[in-house]
Amino acid sequence: MNYIMAFLFSGFVCFLAQMIYDNSKLTPGHITSLFVVCGSFLDLFHVYDQLVKIFHAGALIPITSFGHSLMHGAMAATKEYGIFGIAMGMFDLTAAGISAAILFSFLVAIIFKPKS
Amino acid sequence: MDRKEYDQLAEELKPNGHRVKNGLNAFLYGGVMGAIAQGVLEFFMSIYHCNEKEATPMMIITLVLVACLLTGLGIYDNIAKHAGAGTFIPITGFANSMSSSALDCKSEGLILGIGSNMFKLGGTVITYGIVSSALLGVIRYVFTLFW
Repeated sequence: MNYIMAFLFSGFVCFLAQMIYDNSKLTPGHITSLFVVCGSFLDLFHVYDQLVKIFHAGALIPITSFGHSLMHGAMAATKEYGIFGIAMGMFDLTAAGISAAILFSFLVAIIFKPKS
Repeated sequence: MDRKEYDQLAEELKPNGHRVKNGLNAFLYGGVMGAIAQGVLEFFMSIYHCNEKEATPMMIITLVLVACLLTGLGIYDNIAKHAGAGTFIPITGFANSMSSSALDCKSEGLILGIGSNMFKLGGTVITYGIVSSALLGVIRYVFTLFW
């Protein structure tokens, strides 16, 4: 059941992005930025937490969850450090993804030869 | 014929059929990506006996690693040709944008090539993510002070 839910939501977000991509002049860079902003906006009213509860990985894998986790980490740290927590806790949850992406991209760039 | 008329004509003559196909493809590939992510998530949850929140970073690291490797091997671009948004919306697209721009600029050297070009495409996501969540975070923080 979880698999079907994850499939449906992740697919739906990608479908939405594809519709925007095909029907406008926006590049993938514009669309991913837009979706990240949407993700952090949805976290403003805890909507995204509900989505994660229902759709599990389906809501965690699209780039919208990046905005959500940035916002979530920032909000969790404000409880402890006040307004400074926004900057201090911003990367708490996304650190893994970004560090991994930087490290593996570097290694891949070192090891492989460009194809095109 | 001026610019406006030309744009209108071009809009009318655009083939419409492939939009539906692209949308379906994006839905399928994106959905499969979500299902794979769910599988990886449940795998880590069972071997480390942790909850979903703790297993999420492990799942993301694994998928990022796979996406970087596939980009290095040149397979990711072939998938992207069919899947469209199905490849750049999941977190793997972020990994792909970073590793592909690092790989493309390899010839310019370690510092000026790989180091400075890695965030060329993926950087927008981080920039706008931080700016928007900082702004919205301040709004929510002020809200919680009074309620």
